[in-house]
Order: sequence, then structure tokens, then C-alpha cells
Amino acid sequence: MQNEIVLSMRGIGKTFPGVRALHNVDFTLRKGEVHALMGENGAGKSTLIKVLTGVYGKDAGTISIGGKEVVIRSPQDAQKAGISTVYQEITLCPNLTVAENMFIGREPGTLVAWSKRYKRAGEILSSLNIPARPRQQLGSCSLAVQQMVAIARAVDMDCKVLILDEPTSSLDDKEVEMLFTLMRDLRSRGVGIIFVTHFLEQVYAVSDRITVLRNGELVGEYEVENLPQVELVAKMMGKELQGLSDLKRDDSEERLTGTPVYAAEHLSSATGIAPFDFAIRKGEVNGFTGLLGSGRSESVRAIFGADRVGGGSVSMEGKRVHIGNPKQAMKHGIGYLPEDRKDDGIIADLSVRENIILALQVMKGFFRPLSLKEQEEFADEYIRALEIKTASSDTPIKSLSGGNQQKVILARWLLTHPKYLILDEPTRGIDVGTKTEIQRLVRKLAEEGMSVTFISSEIEEMLRTCSRLIVMRDRRIVGELRGTELSQDNVMRTIAGGDA
Amino acid sequence: MMKRTPNRRREPLTDTMLLVTITIGIFFAMYFSAMAIWGGGFLRWQRVFDMLNDNAALIIVACGLTIVMIGGGIDISVGGVIALVVMSCVVHLNSGGSILTAALLALGIGLAFGLTQGFLISYLEIQPFIITLAGMFFARGMTTIVSVQPQKVAHEGFKALMKTKIEIPWLGYIAKKGNLIPARAEIGVVVALVIVLIVFVMLRKTKLGRGFYAIGGNANSALMLGVNVKRTRFISYVISGLLSGIAGFVFMMHTGAGNATNAAGAEMNAIASAIIGGTLLSGGVGNVIGTLFGVLTLSTINAIVTSSGLRDPWWQEITVGAMLCFFILLQSVVLSLRGKGGLKQMLPKWLTVRSKE
Repeated sequence: MQNEIVLSMRGIGKTFPGVRALHNVDFTLRKGEVHALMGENGAGKSTLIKVLTGVYGKDAGTISIGGKEVVIRSPQDAQKAGISTVYQEITLCPNLTVAENMFIGREPGTLVAWSKRYKRAGEILSSLNIPARPRQQLGSCSLAVQQMVAIARAVDMDCKVLILDEPTSSLDDKEVEMLFTLMRDLRSRGVGIIFVTHFLEQVYAVSDRITVLRNGELVGEYEVENLPQVELVAKMMGKELQGLSDLKRDDSEERLTGTPVYAAEHLSSATGIAPFDFAIRKGEVNGFTGLLGSGRSESVRAIFGADRVGGGSVSMEGKRVHIGNPKQAMKHGIGYLPEDRKDDGIIADLSVRENIILALQVMKGFFRPLSLKEQEEFADEYIRALEIKTASSDTPIKSLSGGNQQKVILARWLLTHPKYLILDEPTRGIDVGTKTEIQRLVRKLAEEGMSVTFISSEIEEMLRTCSRLIVMRDRRIVGELRGTELSQDNVMRTIAGGDA
Repeated sequence: MMKRTPNRRREPLTDTMLLVTITIGIFFAMYFSAMAIWGGGFLRWQRVFDMLNDNAALIIVACGLTIVMIGGGIDISVGGVIALVVMSCVVHLNSGGSILTAALLALGIGLAFGLTQGFLISYLEIQPFIITLAGMFFARGMTTIVSVQPQKVAHEGFKALMKTKIEIPWLGYIAKKGNLIPARAEIGVVVALVIVLIVFVMLRKTKLGRGFYAIGGNANSALMLGVNVKRTRFISYVISGLLSGIAGFVFMMHTGAGNATNAAGAEMNAIASAIIGGTLLSGGVGNVIGTLFGVLTLSTINAIVTSSGLRDPWWQEITVGAMLCFFILLQSVVLSLRGKGGLKQMLPKWLTVRSKE
């Protein structure tokens, strides 16, 4: 049954002023399949989806549904053609009941037939095994169930094509599994599902086929079994696999001697981490690793003075200094890129330029403002240097993608020319390409003489980037690995507490 | 498969119904305590009808505000519109107009305000607070232009209409002399109650009514769900304007005089009533029955304050302010505890929301 084609997009092209977003892209969806649409940020996934749902008009190409060519000019046209979309952020009304959310806005007449609504809603929900009751207020359902209600609405609208745009980003593992069960069920009913996601494992868990886009062009369509995960990544990034591993860390021991740029003895903070000794030398990249909650973030926050310092002595380039708060740390040339960029890092409503110059301005003091010209020069310089994709330096940072926001924060710290830069999970939640770029940048900064502490949840990434790893467990340092000791096996064993 | 028992279990109340239930409960608790403590007037039905007689216009504008607030907006022009309607109609009647043309004038003024404000707010997307604030000043100013001096209705037919009362003998009481004094309600009360009923049915049963809840809950989602957000919002202000016009006419039937300071602060009383009745200022939640009880609660608070011997007017204001604060606190505490499931131990099962099966 997987051979009947429901949706066929041929030679789709879309150009925005100055950007060719899609060029000659084909996409084929068969009846009863889950088809993953993959690509990095800017690959054209969302543009393709928006063309299909009528949000954007296309410049070239044809769309046919069930063999017949259709013209889609608005989201309403798309719905009439049998294309339904469920977005990442739930587009239902939390104050209404489940049943009402399923039917509002698409019933004929002036009056609401409540009993019919409830009855029909109950039937659909139970036939799809969705654990929601028709009369329940939507806001009282978990996010996953709300998403499923949105899907139920789409299914009842007799959709042939169901687009799930990043449906799993705010769900936990159990909820993702519930959603997958529903997706498999719909697949067996003959619905064609387009699944857009960033999570590779999820693609392999539910999809039948994968279409990969890159830079607005079609890379290819693959059966899942024939495309191993590493190859998928390579296709998305357009680099051969070696591209990932050519980042060789610098193991030479000579870098690890000499006066430390930063050294701490018995440093502790109010967060309850055990007092620790730590030193980093010029041009060194080291990392704190450990499970979540092991104290790796708390340690670097203690170095930066972000939490109340408990005790210990700190010296920079051999001189005793006192670091009691972030401002003092910055004065001594330490930069810190926090773990949670949404809460601690970006100021969403300010422009890219204002976000970039923020740290420098703090260091200079607010009574000696940078002139607008200086600000623009700095901002433009770093937008170029880090290849930040933004319309202009005056664009609000919130409209940038996650990876580019991260680069802006990085630019903010680089602008202060720190001697020692702490990066706490700088690569979390950003696409693979930008991840690699940031890793490269870290190495480059180190070669230029900056000391960097790098924290990541992905051990592989740490191994690629750091020449020394400090392993933490239960809020204390339990080991330090360097040189040839650095292997995934060793790190795991040290974290787990086995004998290395 | 999910198992369903044949007789459906009672569903937890929605936020709207929960807040309305609380308000009605508090109203009865207050009223019954007043009956127990002060007796006298509180024991007679006439007391209830007096509250309705005095507040018929307020009930009507509060209905309009409930609709606007459910839709996530605000309309503070209603008091001004009432004053303008009253003054215009009195002048019109005294210069030889008929009751019918006066009624049409009232509707016309209300509609004009509703259409203009609704258009500016919905289609030009200007802040409702600003627009209706402007509307309020405009209406008050116009009132003074129509007549600086207070005006009394001299039209005989209208005076007769004002005196017309509906007598309800079985809710009356036996006076000291032994004769039955029936409960009396003014025509305005009938108008107000009919409007409450119509608005109630509209909010519950029509697609338009449900649209107000949808745009107030999440306008963006409502748009994606196929609700015509702009038109729905527009209509909410038109209804509010129209109801202000009707309220102005009812107000005139109660007082029989036009004065530039008529219905001063009516918008604030209407907002307070809607809030006490469980309508959230943030939109999406509310019920017009709650609003009716909100008006009665406000009025009962005032009656209780007066009965306890605090006759100076500021005591009423202070108490109303404190009660409003209390209600809002209560609502947000109830809603937030409910969200966290913290109320489960304190409330019966059907009051709590269960997030999972």
C-alpha cells in the first residue's frame, strides 16, 4: 500500500529578495508512510512546508495531490486540498474543551450542536486511543495530549497529508513514545505523514523514508534502512565523514606547562560543591565532564563568581586576585557563556548589535557609552567573523535561530578579548553544522592563545575539543584525563566510578 | 482501547464554571448572613428587587463588558455613553420627541460608538484601552455640549413609563397593617434580565459566542483554527456599544433626569462586577450569569456596609476595593492551585482537573 502517491511536489522553487530558498526541489509522499524531512537550519525545510501549506507562494514547480494538480494560495486552500499541519507550538485554545478545540471554526451554521460535538469527539478520540475526554478543558491536558488533540482535529478534517512540524521538541520521552504510537496508527490508516524534526534517533524510530535538503536543494530521498545515521548527518552537512574527525585536538604536553592563566585552590561556592583545585594555562582547552547534576556547571560558575563564593584563593597569571562577582571576573579577563542562553544569555528584545556590545559596555561602565559608530563597527566585524546569519545588526536577536543566537553571545565575549573563556554547553540545541563551527572556533581561539574551558553533554564533542578533561561526580572532582588517556571508554568509566 | 463506562463520569468544571460557582456561592453566603444578622429588609424579596431596580443599567453594560473581556479586550467608554444617551434622550423628549424615537436615538448612539471603536480596535489594531478611553472622554464632552444644565424629563408618556412597575404578589410581604405589599420591579429589570438570558444563550450556543472565548483564549490559535478573529473582536465591541445605548435608556427610565455626571464610574463598576463574576481580565474565561451575580454581590456589599452603620459613602468604596482585591486573589489562587493539583485534597473530586487518565 506504500506505493500509491498522495502528494507530489515537482521542481519547486522559491526566491526571497537576495536569497534562493528553494531550487528545483522534488518531494514525494506515499499513502501510509511517515516521511522525514531533514536538513540543517536554512536548508529549506520550513520554506518547503510553508509553500505546501500556502503560507508562501511558490515561484516555480507544481504540486499535485492524488494525481491531480492543485493550486494552493492560502492555508485554507491547503486544508481544502487535504493538507493539515500541526505545529510545534500548540495552536489550540487552552481555555476551551477538547471537543470544542476539535470542531471550532470548521462547522457550518450559526448554532453549536454540543451533543453532536461531544459524541463525535468521543468517537474520534477513542478510535485514535488518545487519552483525553471531550468535555475536559484542553489546558488540563499534558502538552503531548494537546498535540494529539490537534492531530485528531486534522484527521477528522479528512486529511490525506499530515505535516508534523517539530512536534516532539517540548515532549519528554514517554510522551514522544505516545505520539509515535499515534503516528504509526495513522500510517496504518493510510495517512501520509511528513515529519520534520531535529532529533536523529526519532527519525529512525518512526520514519519509512527520509528526504534530505541542503542549501535549498534536494540531496536525495532514501529508504531508512539504507541510510545509516552517520551518512544521514554527512548528507545533511554536505561534508564527508572525515570532515567531522579532522578536528584533531592538540595533545602536545608543552602547552600544559608554564604559569597558569588562571589558578584556584580550594575554591568553593554556596551551591555545595566540594572545594577544588583547578588551573588552566595559556592556549589550553580543557573541559569539565560528568553527568547532569555532577557539579560541572557549578564549578565554572564558581570560577566566574556567578554564585556566592564560599572560600579558596584565586590567582591570575601568578598574581593573587579576588573574584567575588561576575563583574570582577570580567575585569580580570574571564568570560562566561552560560548554559541556558534563553534565561541567562540573550536579551531577546534587544538587537544583535546591542547584544554583542553588552559585555564590553559593562566592563567600560555605563557612564562611558560606546558611540553608535563604534558599536556598529564591532557588531559588523563579529557578524562577519562568526558568520552570524542575520538580516542586519539591528535585527532583534529573538528572530535569529538558536545557533546564531549562540554565536551572538560568543561574539559578545570575544569582543571583550578575554584571556580565559568559559563555554557552558555552547552547542546545545543548535544544528550539527553550527556545532562543528563552534568547535573549530574554540580550537582556533586556543591556538591564538586564549584559554578555554568547554562543557558539553556529548562526550564525543568534548574529546574532539579538549586536551584535558576534569571528571566530576557527586559535586566533586574524581579524575583528570589527558593525552592518551582521553578515550570515550576511559571517560565513561571515570564518570561511572570504575577503575580507569 | 480506552475503556469507557456506559454512564459518563462527572467531568471536572471548566475554569469558567468553577469561578462562577465560587461567585454564586459567595453571594448566597453573604446574603444569607445578612438575613441572619440584620433581618428586616434583607428578609423581603423587595430587597432583591430593589438591588435589581437600582442596577438594571449596570447589569446591561456589565453584560457587554463581559463579552468584550472574554474576547480579551476592554471597553471603558460605557459610562460616558450612558451619560450621553441619557442627556440626548431627555433633551429629545423635552423638545417634542416620542418615546420610540428616543429609544432609536439611544440605540443609534450606542451603535455608533460600538462600530467606531470596534473598527479602530479590530481592523486598525489600536489598543482597546486607548480607544475606549478616548471614547469615554468624547462621550462625556458631548454630554456637556448637548446640555450643560441638568435636565429633567417632562414628557408625560415617558413619566408614565417610568412609574410602570411589574407587581409580583407572591413575592410580596404583609405589612404591619395586614395588607399585602407586592414586590415591584421596574421595566428596566425585565430588559436587563432578558439581555442576560440572550447573552447567556449566545455565549453558550452560537458560533459567534464561542468565537469570543477562542479569541480571548489565544487569538493566534483561534486564527489557525479558522475563527475570523478580526470580525469576532469587532462584533464584541459593537455589542458592548449597543448594550451601552440600551443601558442608557434603562438608566433614564430609572432616574428620569439627564446630568453630565450620570453613570460616573459605571465602567469601573461594570468591570468590577464582571471580575467578581469570574471573568478574567486576561480573556477567554467568563460567564454572564456570573456577571449578574457580580452586580448583586457588589450591591449586597454596599447594603451590608450601610446596615452595619457605616453610612459615609467612602466606607462602601473602601469595602468594595478590598472585596475586589480579595476576589481576584481568590481566583488566581484557586486557578493556580488547580493547575498544580494542590487543591485536590481540599476539594471534592469533580472540582479538580485530572491531567492524566
